[in-house]
Amino acid sequence: MMKQKHNALNGSGNPVINARNLRKTFGNLIAVDDVSFQVFPGECFGILGPNGAGKTSTIRMTYGFSPMTGGTLEVFNLDITRNARTIKSRIGVCQQENNVDPDLTVQQNLEVFALYFNMPPPEARTQALNLLKFMALDHRKDARATELSGGMMRRLVLARALLNKPDLLILDEPTTGLDPQSRHQVWENLEELQTKGLTILLTTHYMEEASHLCDRLFIMDHGRVLVEGKPLDLIRQHVGRDIIEVVEPSETLRAFMRSWNLKHEDLGHRLIIYVDDGNALYHEISKDHCTGGCIMRMATLEDVFLKLTGRELRE
Amino acid sequence: MKETASIHISMRFLRVWQRNFTVYRQTWKISFLPPLLEPLFYLLAFGVGLSVLVGTIDYGGSEISYTSFIAPALLAINIMNNAFYENMYGSFVRMYYQKTFDAMMATPLSLAEIITGEIVWGATKSVMAATIMLGVISAFGLIQYPEGLLIVPLAFIGGIAFGSMGMVFTGIVPNIELFNLPIFLFITPMFLFSGTFFPVENLPLWAQNLAVLLPLTHLVNLTRSLSLGVFNTSLLTGIVYLIIMCLVLFPLAIHTMHRRLIK
Ligand SMILES: Nc1ncnc2c1ncn2[C@@H]1O[C@H](COP(=O)(O)OP(=O)(O)O)[C@@H](O)[C@H]1O
Ligand SMILES: [Mg+2]
Repeated sequence: MMKQKHNALNGSGNPVINARNLRKTFGNLIAVDDVSFQVFPGECFGILGPNGAGKTSTIRMTYGFSPMTGGTLEVFNLDITRNARTIKSRIGVCQQENNVDPDLTVQQNLEVFALYFNMPPPEARTQALNLLKFMALDHRKDARATELSGGMMRRLVLARALLNKPDLLILDEPTTGLDPQSRHQVWENLEELQTKGLTILLTTHYMEEASHLCDRLFIMDHGRVLVEGKPLDLIRQHVGRDIIEVVEPSETLRAFMRSWNLKHEDLGHRLIIYVDDGNALYHEISKDHCTGGCIMRMATLEDVFLKLTGRELRE
Repeated sequence: MKETASIHISMRFLRVWQRNFTVYRQTWKISFLPPLLEPLFYLLAFGVGLSVLVGTIDYGGSEISYTSFIAPALLAINIMNNAFYENMYGSFVRMYYQKTFDAMMATPLSLAEIITGEIVWGATKSVMAATIMLGVISAFGLIQYPEGLLIVPLAFIGGIAFGSMGMVFTGIVPNIELFNLPIFLFITPMFLFSGTFFPVENLPLWAQNLAVLLPLTHLVNLTRSLSLGVFNTSLLTGIVYLIIMCLVLFPLAIHTMHRRLIK
């Protein structure tokens, strides 16, 4: 599941996106606070964060939708404040809402959208039909866009983002609200695009999605970047390799944790222990302290995420 | 992007027009009916029913029938309504509920081009409605030709003026229910008091002075003169009024939409 790709030219070549000290404020609210990142050709870069972290605000600046309050931003080595139109003609955007055109059919949605890129109608039609096939939507091409299921609608939006054969694909929560089948289908589509070398910037709050697709990512909260790196590196650095969870931990176990100075988090009814090699410790614990049940599992990005952004509910 | 940057309007706005035209073509048979039937209803109700009571009307020194008095006003009202409602309800639904403009703004289209495309589309609807109505009214022999043909380009100018006005409201109202306010405060009084169903001169002097400020008064005056083939200096005043209205409201519409959508 965790995937390290070698085709990504990490750190080499000119970045496709070069964002420096991005800031975005809405009145007194600071939505994006001093965010910098670079995305390189062929890379899939993820922006992770809980609701309201500032993910959408960050990428909206990146595709020239909303003006920056501060910072500099270059896409394809062009300054976004002066070359928005050129940049937009070379990127595909999948916004957070499924804003398909409800007045049009599935195929018309694509053909009409291609007009906005000044694509000649015959080319638009060929492109539309190809993409409908790629997204497994060709059997629904004459349906009204609003008659589609959530997963199909998302794939239509994705197809629409690919119409202009973009050099950069920007996706805002591509699979939020989809059932597992649809989510995996979208992942498959995105992976296929990645193997063709497409550069992707995406936001998500699904850790599995980020581990699955992203070469590099950062986790942000309250407008600020908390950590940046490759998924596996982040897991190693921040939580270790193994996780032991103990349900209804005893006071002796707690004392044991403290005396050995082990990295752990005490949630009251549950104790989460972060270790690099958990086998010996798990053996130790399961002998005396597992009255309420305990498990050992691999550490995931979700553990990093929860550790860094906290466990309190958002919104 | 500062506002000045997105003010640059290229011919790409026609793409937005094309989008609306594509949607319109799917339902054109239904869309054609109102301008076809409405003049018939009005001419029947007012022309036949009411003209017995009204008799003839004094227009520019000569007596004309009540039907030939109101027929051009119906044209003017339709020019106003088609553009105004298209750029108010139509554009609002596309902007607010369908997020169509959001999707467009992720393409090379600028916001100013999107709004221009919408307003030109609204004006196109005015032209189409006016042309159809002109045909129907001509069948009753109520239009003087060739002067009457000038109503077609006039419908475009009027459409831009009233469409921009509708778009300004779209840019400022918080929700769709509040459209009742401009309709109640502007459209209904204009519908009744702009020399549409009775001459402005029948009003008390203070009301006449108010009526002269209303854009529909000028549009009605123009369509009536062109329909009857009577030219005078008030036509120049009218056309200048409408052009100034376009020059003020069109940039204002782009400005209010910019403030609303670019966040
Ligand atoms: N147009 C706006 N006006 C005012 N506040 C906004 C606007 N858009 C976003 N925000 C606020 O900015 C913060 C970040 O939002 P957003 O970027 O949408 O977060 P995310 O996409 O990570 O959920 C939130 O507190 C949100 O309420
Ligand atoms: Mg978001």
